[in-house]
Parts: sequence; C-alpha cells; structure tokens
Amino acid sequence: MSTLLEVSGVSVSFDGFKAINNLSFQIAERELRAVIGPNGAGKTTFMDIITGKTRPDEGRVTYGERALSLLSMSESRIAQAGIGRKFQRPTVFEDQSVADNLMMALKKDRGPFAVLFFKPSAADRTRVEELAAEIGLSGALHRKAGELSHGQKQWLEIGMLLAQEPRLLLVDEPAAGMTPAEREHTTDLLREAAKTRAVVVVEHDMEFVRRLDCKVTVLHEGSVLAEGSIDHVTQNEKVIEVYLGR
Amino acid sequence: MADTTLATPVRRPFALRYPSVMIFLAVLALFTLGVTVLSEGFGIGVISTSFVKTLGKTLCLCLVALAMDLVWGYCGILSLGHMAFFGIGGYAIGMWLMYARTEMIVVESLAAADLPPTAQEISDGIATQIFGVVGASEFPPIWAFAHSLPLQLAAVVLVPGLLALVFGWLAFRSRVTGVYLSILTQAMTLALSLYLFQNDSGLRGNNGLSGLQNLPGLDDTPQAIVSVWFLWASAFALGAGYLLCAWLVSGKFGSVIRAIRDDEARVRFLGYPVEGFKLVVFTLTAVIAGIAGALYYPQAGIINPAEIAPIASIYLAVWVAIGGRGRLYGAVIGAAFVSLLSTWFTGGQAPDIVIGSLRIQWVDWWTVLLGLSFVAVTLFAPKGIGGLVDLLADRRSPNRHGAALGPEPGALREKEADQ
Ligand SMILES: Nc1ncnc2c1ncn2[C@@H]1O[C@H](COP(=O)(O)OP(=O)(O)O)[C@@H](O)[C@H]1O
Ligand SMILES: [Mg+2]
Repeated sequence: MSTLLEVSGVSVSFDGFKAINNLSFQIAERELRAVIGPNGAGKTTFMDIITGKTRPDEGRVTYGERALSLLSMSESRIAQAGIGRKFQRPTVFEDQSVADNLMMALKKDRGPFAVLFFKPSAADRTRVEELAAEIGLSGALHRKAGELSHGQKQWLEIGMLLAQEPRLLLVDEPAAGMTPAEREHTTDLLREAAKTRAVVVVEHDMEFVRRLDCKVTVLHEGSVLAEGSIDHVTQNEKVIEVYLGR
Repeated sequence: MADTTLATPVRRPFALRYPSVMIFLAVLALFTLGVTVLSEGFGIGVISTSFVKTLGKTLCLCLVALAMDLVWGYCGILSLGHMAFFGIGGYAIGMWLMYARTEMIVVESLAAADLPPTAQEISDGIATQIFGVVGASEFPPIWAFAHSLPLQLAAVVLVPGLLALVFGWLAFRSRVTGVYLSILTQAMTLALSLYLFQNDSGLRGNNGLSGLQNLPGLDDTPQAIVSVWFLWASAFALGAGYLLCAWLVSGKFGSVIRAIRDDEARVRFLGYPVEGFKLVVFTLTAVIAGIAGALYYPQAGIINPAEIAPIASIYLAVWVAIGGRGRLYGAVIGAAFVSLLSTWFTGGQAPDIVIGSLRIQWVDWWTVLLGLSFVAVTLFAPKGIGGLVDLLADRRSPNRHGAALGPEPGALREKEADQ
C-alpha cells in the first residue's frame, strides 16, 4: 500500500515548551491506526498540525500521491483535499437540525456562490438519510443537534466526517464520555470507515484500542515512543514505564 | 417531537416553509395601503405629510436593520460600521438631487440674459450655488458623475459595496474577529465621518447636502404626494430585501453562515472558505445598507457627516438586539419600535417626569432609557421582542442553562435560539 500521509521531523513549541519534538509518522491508504499516549503527550497538537490549525516550527507534512505539502495550505483547503477531523469535544452545530448538519458536511462544492445556489437533489437527501441510519440517528433527523445526548453528538460528528468522504480521517478521543454500548458501536463505525479510507484514532482507553485491532503508535512528550501491534507496544518497557505504569 | 419522522419530507414551496415571510409581506402591504389611505396626498388626510415621511424613513431603517441582522445575527460579525454604508448611499443619491435641481434653477436664471449661456457658465453657476457655503466655486472631482442619475444610482450600490469588499478582505484575511473587528468597523466609520466634516472633502463639510426632498423637475408636485411615493418605494425595497434575506438564510448558505457564527473553526475543517463567506455577507449587507440610505435621505431632506458618526452604527446594533437577533422579523420590529419611540421621546412629545427636584426631560434622558433597556434585554431577554413570538407559539427549546451554542464570541446563546 502506498503512503497517504507522511509527517517527518516535525517540531512545534508553545512559548518555549516543545509540545511536538521531531515527530515522524506515516500512514498508508485504507489503514486504521490508533495513537495513544498520556495526557499532554501532544496527540491533539499532532492533529492540529496535519489539519493546518497549528503551523510547525520545522519539519515536513506531505499528503497524497503527489506528495502535496500541507504546510502552506489553509484549513479549508486541507479539508477539501480530503482530510477530515473529529474534535475531542463533540463539535456539531447545535442550533441546527441533524439533517442540516449532515447536509452541510456532504461532499459538494464549498464556494460561497455554489453554496448559495445549491439545491439538494433527491440523491443528496437519500445520502443524508443513509448516513443518519449508519450513525443511529434516523429518528432524530429533524431534531436540533443541541438536543442530542453526548454520545449521539459524537456519532453525528462522525457521520458528518463520513459525509465529507475524506481519504484520511483523524478522530480525537471518539469514545470519551460514552457508555460501553456506545463505545462498541463507535468501534464498529471506525472499523467500517477504515475499509475505504485511512483512519487515525487518538484514544486514551486501552480496551477501546484493543478492540480496534490495528497498528498502534505511542506518543510521549511529543515524539514516537513505540509503534507496532497492541501486544508489541504493551510489552515495551518504556511504554509500561511512562504510560501503563501510571 | 419529530422523532417519529423517518424520512426527510419532500421540500414544500418556500412560502409554506417560511410562513413568517408571507405574514411579514402581508403586514407590510396592509401598512402601506393603510398609510396611503390616511395620507394627505392620496387619502383622507388624517396622517400629516411629515409623519408619512417619518414612517417612510422608518421602513428604510428596518431595511438597514435587516442587513445588520444578516451580518451580525446570522453570520456573527458584529459590524459597528454599517451606518457608514447607509450614509454613503444617501450622499450618492443626494449629490444627484442637489446637482440636478440647482442646474434647473441656474439655467432658469441665466435664461433671462441676452446671450444664451455657455455650458461653462452653467457649470460655474451650479458650482457657486452648491459650494458657496464652503468658499469654493469649482466642482471637486468626486462630483464628476453628479449630473447623471443612472451613474449616481450605480454609486449607491457600488461605493458601499467596494468599500465593504476592500475593508472586509483586509480584515477577514488577517482573521480579525470579535471585538477587534467591531473596533475596526468603528474606526472606519469614524474616519469616514471625520473626512466628510472637512470642507475640502468636496461634499460641503459639516453643511452636508440639503434640499434633498425636492425632486428635480417636480417642483409642482406637493410634498404630500412625493412623501407617499417614497413610502411606496421604501416599502417595496423593504419587502424585496426581506425576501432576499429570507432566501439567503433559508438554504445551505444560511446553514453555513449560522455555523460560522457559532463555531468558525469547525466550519473551516469542513472545508468551507470562511473568509469568503464572510466577505460575501459583509459586502452584500453593505449594498443593502447603501440602498436603504438612498431611500432614507430624500425623505429626511438633509444629510450631513454627523449621520455617519460611530454612535449611529451602535444604535443599529441596539435595535437588532432589542428586536431579537438571528430572526429577520426581529430586526424589523426592533428598528421600527425603537426608532419610532425615539422620535416620540426626542420630539418633545413625551411628558416630563418630576421626581422631587429632579426633572426628567426625555429629550436628554431617552438615551439613558435606551441604554438601560439594551442592558436589560441582553441580560434578561436575549431573544428580544421577537422572543414573544416564541412564547405565543410555545416553542420548546433544549435546555442547557443558556450556554452558548458555540465557542465564537458571537455564537447564539441557547436562550436566543428558537426551536
Ligand atoms: N495553543 C497552545 N498553547 C500553549 N500550549 C499548548 C497549546 N496547545 C497545546 N499545548 C500544550 O502542548 C501539550 C500537548 O497538548 P495536547 O496536544 O493537547 O495533548 P494531548 O491531546 O495528547 O492530551 C500540552 O502540554 C499542552 O498544554
Ligand atoms: Mg487531546
């Protein structure tokens, strides 16, 4: 499989504090990857860099078969290039209905004038319904997103990401605050999504990662501590010391 | 609850999906008809011509409030400079009105001479008439198109539009948001008004433009008639503006700009060019404001730089807040209610209140009352007057104790959002 995203030698510091330190990372097309690490390890910052929210002090981030550099692109251009992101805190548009949230995310021309004259076709509406079914929100299509439970908001956000049809999906702590049953559903959604695209899941919870059953990257103090299967990394002494030992 | 609706319903016609638009247009039509019937010019003369003008002007203020609601209530950009665009629209039309009427007077007076006047003599005559007050007798370059109604009408739209485009492009591109953007827009309107106050700005300094109520070539038509014409034009513009705004906010464009208001960063990660959307909304609303101003000032009769003072734009935001931001009829109700009340209080009609040795004269105290109402509305009734509609309709809202619906400073608070 060819490399979809390559991060090499990236560092970023906030007021002298090195949040990311010479980090390198690669992910292939249609790969599912879990990124774990203690709080403050730099997981969210790592996603910020890929999605253009934070500019690194040094290093390269390239994407796609033409090895496009993401560092000079705006957040919206990066998203249009096919990188979708789910935030740690569920961020959906609470004042709008589930259907509107999904419709906004559907992969369409994003320019202001195209949006102004956009009329949803029957196919678009069917797609929104399919997505709602996939994330278990068929019955809530016309409810305001603000009325949903925490777990439902997380799914809606995942649904919006799927609607974007990204080639690379970055998911930050999707299972935070979910009930065990909701967690299971989320695992299924992510595994399903990874069949057609690359997915990076940042997660705290070891059990959740184990269920994802994929290659794991352990971050610590802004760089990669270990990488491999879940059993491989959990047996790594450094990992046990800094993370599992706590 | 809509829990049971499984499929997305087939899209019904626009009018049915947005009954408030139809209600608004019907009320506006009835109002216009009513005023016409009661007017001196076309009806039984119960309403004085000056009050017809006040009502016509109020409709223009409602139109600019709509623009404000679109840019602030829907898109979350608290612009405190939209009255500058309103003023520019007024100046643009005022230049033609003043030029064309002065031209007629000058031609008439020169016709008595033995030799037919040359074009230069006519031009000099007009210039002396218009610029005598600022001690000039030549046309500044800014008046190059003042002879032409179509060109000045184009200026009503193009000058506010271009100014907003350039200003917005610079501000949004550098990601200036929130209170910094508000301050920047205040600076813009302040700079513009200070510039216009100068005698050599070419727009008659603090004298401004006057006599705008007199339409060139219609000297024989009484103001009683002209005032009703302008009422009709203002009502038409407000109706058209309302339809346009309702269309803009109803579809996906409306979704995206409301999303920008509540959580701008998230919209970027969905791939929408946020700056582009803001620029479109900012520019379009500036154009609407310019048109509203072009209809307002012929009814007011006079425009001067004080009209563009920063406080005017702040009042505009207050109207929209009191009416209820984020809903179109709220903006209209707020502008109509507060501006008419303000006319009443500052017109000396409101009786003074005497408390001991303190004598409350509303001409002075009205601003204090307005300020207090604004604070009260912001704190206790963020939905504004428009919220009463929700009370009547008994709409259910999700209750998360009034938290903001997004991280942006302009995000709608839950207390403001309707069901
Ligand atoms: N914008 C910022 N300014 C200053 N420090 C930051 C900023 N963003 C993150 N950090 C710091 O960088 C470190 C990594 O944060 P983060 O990436 O959020 O960790 P994680 O998601 O792994 O818990 C933390 O110590 C955090 O305090
Ligand atoms: Mg984090």
